[in-house]
Amino acid sequence: MNVMDTRATSAMLYLDGVHVSFDGFHAINNLSLALEPGEMRAIIGPNGAGKTTMMDIITGKTKPDEGTVLFDGTVDLTRLDETRIAELGIGRKFQKPTVFESQTVQDNLLLALNVDHSVRGTLFWRGSRDESERIDKVLETIRLTDARNRLAGSLSHGQKQWLEIGMLLAQDPKVLLVDEPVAGMTDVETHLTAELLKEINKNHTIMVVEHDMTFVRELGVKVTCLHEGTVLAEGSIDQVSSNERVVEVYLGR
Amino acid sequence: MTPHILTRSLDRAATTFILIVAGLGVLIPLSNLLMPQGSMFQVPTYLVALWGKYVCYAILALSIDLIWGYCGILSLGHGAFFALGGYAMGMYLMRQIGSRGVYGNPILPDFMVFLNYPKLPWYWHGFDMFWFAALMVLLVPGLLAFCFGWLAFRSRVTGVYLSIITQAMTYALLLAFFRNDFGFGGNNGLTDFKDILGFNVQADGTRAALFLLSCAALIIAFVICRAIVTSKLGKVLIAVRDAESRTRFLGYRVESYKLFVFTLSACMAGVAGALYVPQVGIINPSEFAPGNSIEAVIWVAVGGRGTLVGAALGAVVVNYAKTFFTSGPLAPYWLFMLGALFILVTLLLPKGIVGTFNAWWEPWKTRRTTGLAADEESAAREDGIGAPNPAE
Ligand SMILES: Nc1ncnc2c1ncn2[C@@H]1O[C@H](COP(=O)(O)OP(=O)(O)OP(=O)(O)O)[C@@H](O)[C@H]1O
Ligand SMILES: [Mg+2]
Repeated sequence: MNVMDTRATSAMLYLDGVHVSFDGFHAINNLSLALEPGEMRAIIGPNGAGKTTMMDIITGKTKPDEGTVLFDGTVDLTRLDETRIAELGIGRKFQKPTVFESQTVQDNLLLALNVDHSVRGTLFWRGSRDESERIDKVLETIRLTDARNRLAGSLSHGQKQWLEIGMLLAQDPKVLLVDEPVAGMTDVETHLTAELLKEINKNHTIMVVEHDMTFVRELGVKVTCLHEGTVLAEGSIDQVSSNERVVEVYLGR
Repeated sequence: MTPHILTRSLDRAATTFILIVAGLGVLIPLSNLLMPQGSMFQVPTYLVALWGKYVCYAILALSIDLIWGYCGILSLGHGAFFALGGYAMGMYLMRQIGSRGVYGNPILPDFMVFLNYPKLPWYWHGFDMFWFAALMVLLVPGLLAFCFGWLAFRSRVTGVYLSIITQAMTYALLLAFFRNDFGFGGNNGLTDFKDILGFNVQADGTRAALFLLSCAALIIAFVICRAIVTSKLGKVLIAVRDAESRTRFLGYRVESYKLFVFTLSACMAGVAGALYVPQVGIINPSEFAPGNSIEAVIWVAVGGRGTLVGAALGAVVVNYAKTFFTSGPLAPYWLFMLGALFILVTLLLPKGIVGTFNAWWEPWKTRRTTGLAADEESAAREDGIGAPNPAE
């Protein structure tokens, strides 16, 4: 692993001067952003701003052309693959909910648990009381206890979103990257999700991408607005939403 | 393998399957050997050999279902691993001929004398010993699969691209084995076997024993597959099949999982080939033909992908049909019929015979046992074991 001698930054997640282009199209341009340990950050920005691509970079799915991406101030994420990054403690919820549709809700959580993920470990795995208690707790948190034996594919869109958040909880990573968690949810569900994220934030660092401004406002955290792959504005929700450029490219449309 | 893995893997359907195979494995040889010749209860020897061949195909089908049905790896080159296992066994059988060959050479098989080989090629050494040949039956296909898989899975070759390179692999081996200077009998392959472990390969008793052994191998392969697919590893495999990249983001090293099942599956195919060769009496390069591997995938599709039992059943049903049709006036049309069968199954029974049966049977069974299910479920939870996955 590529560990630096001294901590380069106090940030949990640190991006500096990151560039990515796809066939000449610059999706990420000189992007710099830092997430302090324990912070929750909301990311907003128009479609195609590069929010998902930024998460792809952090989780190792996309390699940046240039720039620094540090985890915990010491680990260079650009040199690691997805599995290794997940093992380090970065979990992700996808924009399009991705659960294992042909498996039950509780098996989805079981697969997400941060236990031995080696071939040997899973072949000779036998459940422990501790594991099933953790699964029960997550099921309760995401309100899917009654659906535990249902196939994940049969859940509603909102429930899938919650199951994926539950998988993040089971994974118990240090940093959670949450891409559009409330898309397709009712107002009540949206409110509950905000509450849930605030609860999780008590002991996890979170980055959440969302278009729903009511939801972002409810989170009440620092907001970063991306546009054309770079940071357009950063600050409290009121500061950002009164920023002229933000209104012009995003909110005012 | 610890006992809890076994108890978990053997549900009622699996046990029934094992009992049926074991029953046939014992009854068919017994009836062949003990019943008077020509009696209606006597299974003729040619049928014992024919059914023995089907059982070997069933093992091959299981090995394909393990990787395709559960992990989404569509190998169109599994016939190569089957043939390699077959060649390893064939080499042992060739060396058993000794000086009884046409040319009477105690060391060199006939084709080598004929082709003026000065001495035994280095890779033929050791094959006079059964244990060595048996080891090679597992090792050669296993090693090839390991190297092939290591390269392919690490570079994330998936889907149709992987299928194409597996076809290329078996085709390359086909061409190599056709060559006389490759040292495996070229076009004619290996044949004219005399005995195996001192028993005449043609004798009724030997055929009966080989049949029994094939059934035993089918049962062992089935239990191994069941143990895998019902373990947590099995859930990871299904996760890889359904959402490979999602599995990576959870911290699973997907390529290791694929490499493990792919290699294991190749070893199983090798064993199937090794049992096949003494029963059919020949192994030649045509076993590497790309069409053979495709046919084997069709057996699995017909029987029901991702059901294990279905794969074995599909192999027997399709091959029975093949024997039936290719021995009649419809023989020239067999490939068309196989193609039509594949299209029909894909369109009408996408889950195959067993998959369709399960889909029809499950809801009925659940309704009948709802009372029971609640108890079982809470018991399962105490064990920390998830309820059985209906998709399995
Ligand atoms: N793998 C890729 N190949 C080519 N172009 C890509 C790729 N991934 C992203 N892009 C492009 O990069 C730009 C940024 O996409 P991204 O998905 O990050 O936007 P986003 O901010 O998440 O938008 P949305 O709000 O719609 O989710 C888009 O124009 C997209 O088409
Ligand atoms: Mg996006």
